[in-house]
Formats: sequence, C-alpha cells, structure tokens
Amino acid sequence: MALENLVTQIQALSGNAEDLPQLHSILKAADEPLHADPSLLISLLDQLEPSRHSLGYLYILEALSSGPVSKEQANGMVLTIARFIDACDAQQIRLVPDKFVTICRRLKDQALLLEAPLRGVYPMLTALRKLAISSEHLTSLHPEFLLLCLLSKSYKLGLSILDNDIFEVDQPRDLFLYCYYGGMICIGQKHFQKALELLRNVITAPMNAINPIAVEAYKKYILVSLIRNGQFSSSLPKYTSSAAQRSLKTFCQQPYVELANTYGNGKVKELEDYVQANTEKFKSDNNLGLAKQVVSSMYKRSIQRLTLTYLTLSLQDIADAVQLKTPKEAELHILQMIQDSEIFASINQKDGMVSFLEDPEQYKNNDMIEHIDSSIQRMMTLSKKLASMDEAMSYDPQYLGKAGRERQKFDMDDFDNVPQKFTA
Amino acid sequence: MEPEDEIYENGGGDESARSKPIFSGEPLDIEAYASLYKDRTKIMRLLFIADHCGNDSMKFEALKMAYDEIKKGEDTQLFREVVDKIGGKLGEKYLMDSTWCEAVDRRAEQKKEKLDNELNSYRTNLIKESIRMGYNDFGEFHYAHGNLGDAFKSFVRTRDYCTTSKHIISMCMNAILVSIEMGQFTHATSYVSKAEQTPDALDTITVAKLRCAAGLADLESKKFKLAARKFLETGPELGSHYNEVIAPQDVATYGGLCALATFDRSELKSKVIDNLNFRNFLELVPEVRELINDFYSSRYASCLEYLGNLKANLMLDIHLHDHVETLYNQIRHKALIQYTHPFVSVDLQMMANAFKTSIAGLEKELEALITDNQIQARIDSHNKILYARHADQRNATFQRVLQTGSEFDRDVRSMLLRANLIKYDYNARSRKS
Repeated sequence: MALENLVTQIQALSGNAEDLPQLHSILKAADEPLHADPSLLISLLDQLEPSRHSLGYLYILEALSSGPVSKEQANGMVLTIARFIDACDAQQIRLVPDKFVTICRRLKDQALLLEAPLRGVYPMLTALRKLAISSEHLTSLHPEFLLLCLLSKSYKLGLSILDNDIFEVDQPRDLFLYCYYGGMICIGQKHFQKALELLRNVITAPMNAINPIAVEAYKKYILVSLIRNGQFSSSLPKYTSSAAQRSLKTFCQQPYVELANTYGNGKVKELEDYVQANTEKFKSDNNLGLAKQVVSSMYKRSIQRLTLTYLTLSLQDIADAVQLKTPKEAELHILQMIQDSEIFASINQKDGMVSFLEDPEQYKNNDMIEHIDSSIQRMMTLSKKLASMDEAMSYDPQYLGKAGRERQKFDMDDFDNVPQKFTA
Repeated sequence: MEPEDEIYENGGGDESARSKPIFSGEPLDIEAYASLYKDRTKIMRLLFIADHCGNDSMKFEALKMAYDEIKKGEDTQLFREVVDKIGGKLGEKYLMDSTWCEAVDRRAEQKKEKLDNELNSYRTNLIKESIRMGYNDFGEFHYAHGNLGDAFKSFVRTRDYCTTSKHIISMCMNAILVSIEMGQFTHATSYVSKAEQTPDALDTITVAKLRCAAGLADLESKKFKLAARKFLETGPELGSHYNEVIAPQDVATYGGLCALATFDRSELKSKVIDNLNFRNFLELVPEVRELINDFYSSRYASCLEYLGNLKANLMLDIHLHDHVETLYNQIRHKALIQYTHPFVSVDLQMMANAFKTSIAGLEKELEALITDNQIQARIDSHNKILYARHADQRNATFQRVLQTGSEFDRDVRSMLLRANLIKYDYNARSRKS
C-alpha cells in the first residue's frame, strides 16, 4: 500500500541532511493523497518518531488535523501537536514553515475550542523559538502566541518575547498583529512606554490602505499617550504612510480625538463627564478601562505639576488645586504616587501637610552607571546595524534600479543621501 | 521703621515718608484732554470716551464738545451720528441742525465740482505739479468730509506726480495720518518706511512724527518692545506739532508703559531713565515718570498704586485701551520676578505687603510664574516662604542624556523595522512581476 511505502521512505530518508530534499519532494507529491482520507493516518503516526522523522511526521500530522475536529478529539489533537512541537527537529521543520505554522494555528484553534488557551501558550512559545532563525526574526507564530497569552492572561510570559528587537518580518500582517497584541500586553502590565512604542509601530508602518488593526491601535495609542505623557499630539510623524495620515483621525474622531481635546482643556470634571457620556462607545471598543485610567492620570499629572511649584502644601490645598473632593482622596492619590515613585514626597498627617522632595537619584551609584553603560553599548550596536544596513541597501540591485529610474542621472553624492531618503 | 525691615519691603512702606502727591485717579478732565488734540482725532477721541466711560455726565460732556468741534468742520455724516447719540438730552443747543447740514453738503457739492473741473484741466494740460496739488486738494476735501478711504486714495495718487523729496514726504505724512485714522496700521508702517527712505528732506520734527506713527503701529500689533523703542527715540522737537495724531503726553505714557513691560533693568535705566530726550516727555506726565522711577528703585507698591490710579483713564485712550490689561499684567509679572530675583528665600507675608495683596493671591500669581518657568523657585506653603531653586545642571544633564538615548534607540529600531517592511513590499512586488 502506498501509505506503508511512504512510511518506509520517511524512515529511510530522515537520517541525514543530504536526503532531506529528496524526501521533501516525495512528500510534496504525496500531500494530496494524504489529504484524501485523513482518518487512515492515525496508525501511521505511531510508526514514526517525531524527533527523528520530523518532516514526514509534520506532513502526516497536518493532513490528519485538516479535517473537522470534534471537541472530544480536540483534546487528543492538542496533546499530539504539543508533543510534536516539543520533540521536533528545528532543521527539518524549517523546510516547510507553512505547514508548521498551519499545525500551530490548529493547536491554537483547538485550545480555544476547549476554552483552555493556557494549554497552547507553552507549546506555541517552543514552536516560535524553533521556527525563528534569530531573535530578530518575527514569525507568523509570534502574534498567535501573544493572542494566547492575552486570552490566558499570562502577560508576563508574553513580555518575555516582546523584549526582543524585531527587524525581520515574514508578513506585514504578522507585524501589525504582533505589535497590537504586544501593545495590549504591555498595557496590561502597565509598561506604557513600551506599549506606546509598539502601537506607534502599527500606526506608522508602511501601508497602502488603512486597516482595522491600525485603527484599533490608534485608538489605544491616543488613550495610552494621554495616560503616559499627559498629552496627545494629533500630528503623526512625517514618515507615516499617507493612507494613515489621511484617514486615521477621521476613524477615531469620536470619542477618542475629542477625549484628547477635552483632556487638553485641563478640567477634570469635563473629562469625567465626557467619559461618562461615551461609556457605551468605549465599552464596545473594549477601551473603557483605559479611558478611566486617562481620567485618573489627569489627577496624577496635576499633582506632579504641584511638586514643581511647591515645597510644602496642605492636603486641602492639593485637593482644591487638582479638583479632588476631599483631602482624604488627595492623600490616597499621593500615597499611591509615592509608592509608584512617580513623585517624591512625605505626608505629615498631624497637620495634613505634604512636603515634596527632590528626586533622590544622584546618578552616582553603580547601578546607574551600569545602566548608562549598557545603554551606550546598545546604541553602538544599533548604529552599527544601521550603518551596515545602509551599506547593504546602497548596493542592492533592486533598490538601485528603482532609484535610477526615479532620477535619471546620479553621481557619487547621490549615493550618500539616497538611503536616508529611503529609510526616512 | 526699622532699617532691616526696609530691606525686605524694598521701600514699599515708606510711602507716607515721601509724602508726595499721588495722582488720585480723579475722573479725566475732558476739556484739558481734548485741548491736547485737534482736528479729527480730537472728535474721535471724544466719541471714544463717550462710548467707553460708562458715566453719563462724562459722556454728555464729551459729546457736547464733540458736537461743537464737528460744527467747526464739514463732516455732516459724523455730525448726524453725534446728534443721534446725544438724542436731544442736552437741550435746545444740541439738536439736529439740518440747515447747517444742508448748507455744508451743498457747499461740498460745489467744491467737489470745482476741484473736479480744476483737476481735469490740469490733467489735459499735463502740468505735473498742478495735478499733484489737485489730488492733494481732493484728499483734503475727502478727509474733511470723513471719506477716509477716498482721502487715502487721493493722497496716494499724488505719488506719481511728486517731483521733489519734499513732495514725497508730504504725501507720506498725509497717507500716514489718514491710515491711522482708519485704523489701518499696516499702511501707516509702510508709508513710514517709505518716508524714512528719503532722508534728505527730513527735518527733526518730521522724524519725530514718523517715530510716533511707527510706534503707534507697533503698539497696535502688540509689538510692545518695538513700540517702546520708537517712542523713546522720538525727539523733543515733536512738541504739539503732531496733535492731529498724538500728543507729547501720549508719547510719554505709551513709551513709558511699553518700556516697563518689556525692558530689562539695565535697558530701563539706560534707555528710559537716563534718556535726556525722553525726560522732556516724562515731565509732561509726572505720574508715569514717578512710576517708572518707583519700579526701577523697587518701590513696587507705590508703582502699582500709580498704575492702578492711571488705569481708568488709560482705558479711555483710543490707542491704548486694548493693550492696558496685557501691559499691566506684564509689568506686574516683571515686578514679581524682579522682587524675587536677588533672594534665596522670600517671606511671602512681606512680599504680599510690598505688592499690597493677600498671601493666597500672591501664591497663585507665583505659581503661575513658576509653572511658566519665569521664576526659578518653589513655594513652602506651610511656612509661607519662597525658596529659590537652583537647577542641578549635572542631574539635568544625566536626565537629558538618558532620555535622548532612549529616544534614539526607539527611533532607530522602528526605522530599521520600517525599512525592512518596505523591503518586503519590494520583494513581494518583484516576485509577482
């Protein structure tokens, strides 16, 4: 029987790297018959070892999982796929990344079907590490992983891959989703700076037409920049694609851009009323929580401003200045801010006085110096990368072809400034 | 008074010791005021006062004088307006005088015809000088009848027929006069610079006039510092030669206030107090002279008191009223800043005394100035003391460096990412083709 034959071939040809291309073409040819009757395949899998025969195993597993899966079967399927991901050989599966991504997606789908997203999280992490060529490489599995993290609320695990700098991207859509989900995870962990960066990547990414991911990202971007920076400038950087420049604002005008304008007026009451009036809209966008954080960030910002002007101020005066109702509320806010080291202050409860202190950081201790040193190292690596990329681009035939078409004549001077024009 | 207290109060409390009469802010003496001006500006100023004083007796006094003044001239349109405003409330003498109106209008009609004929004959004969005179007459005629737009056009038309630089100057002066009356200060500025480009025919009086006009234009466009400079450069020859536009008293007031609001201490000393030319003007308005001296010698309370007293009258000034608030705020802020500048710590109570205000009010003002970064200090609201704050350059540098670093980091990374995305697009396209 053909299938038996296939198994023997898989077993024979999986041994060393030279035979793999041959096996690959055999499998490609057998792909269609495999899909014809997935139910027969389960017995074949037992004859193969996932770690040694990864390529063949992958083909058969993909074909096996392609049919509709009931809830009962799903449990077994999740286990099988997870086991395979754990054991498989990275070299072999990278020959057919599409198939690998497909079975990982099936894993996600079935984990969701079982309403147990957590079960998919670790296998997915292993999978994306195996598939990625380097930590700078963004695979199609990255966004899937982050989605599972979000759904299972395991934000910390998600953060672990967000720290990697991403430069290589397979599909633009992966990047959009990766940055969007990543932004949400960072918001969940209150890493607003990082969240802003990720969301900004979505908004400013090159795009020919506006897409819903960018619109949602822009909504969150407005809210987070209000929380983090206390302001929002509606002008996008000049390298933003013209599609985004044109239509993002109109999509988010109500209630997001208007919220930012209300924030700019500096009246807490108005802001609260505005959020109250638009609760439904924020809720339907799943942004109500962020909108509420925007309101409370305004109190914080006003208190922070006071620290610049006052050395001491009574709780009552603070409450008046930042439009809180009672000194007690002011005290709570200040306590919270001291705890988060957003301000440096001490409260004298006897006479209700708050003394604002200067930032105790003197930039003298070891940690700080190490921090600075590591930043410098990082910058140096980055600029080297930038320079090498600049160089690579300046002799990329495709690029030169295009640049040459755009300007008929170019001399040596043009070579220097052309790449800047391109990257900017 | 204890000598050490004096240091803190900066002489704010020795008002009684100097016992010098303070301008009491009594209502404007309209008659004296009006006598400073002539022609159209006098009428306009009177009307402005009538519109803005908010006090009936003053209003009707101003209107009465305006009525009399208009009767001397030929502007029937303005006359009707004023009669409307009076509305018969000033008795028989100040009613609508239609016979006068008709007579004036008839005469105007005749005169216009005559001027028209004259001008036409000059034009057919192509006598340059006569054409210029003809247009000039027309300009004056329109000006007298209140057609400012036509007057301006006629005066400007003389430009093509000017043969000497004297003519050019007179054309410019006429244009400036009309454009100031119209409130078109941009025209005024351009004709001032045109006049200044013909220096050979400028006498000292004209130079002074041009300075005033330029100063007014700057004042109107809220360029207070430039305005102050222009007024300060005005020569004492001005006298009352330009009272169809401005009185020397105004030069002192406008120049003094603008200078106070915008000059720093050393400029104030060298350009205002030690300026012999300007001193002549200041002598005319002793209140302004006193308040400048008070400001310079840090007697803020008395300075602010003078300002407060002058305010009501300044609000009735046709040119200054729009800017009084801004100038006053700037002067007050400068006073606050100057007061705190030399000290490491300032007792708010004493400062409040010196500025004749409450501690709470003072705190608010200081807070605004600190937020604006105009005063480097922080308020100890518990002990009511203001402490100067010395920026820690080292820490600030560290902060800036770290911030710049992380911004660079972020920008470069997203730039590389974008570049790669664009490259991807390239690849996708080339694969397709």
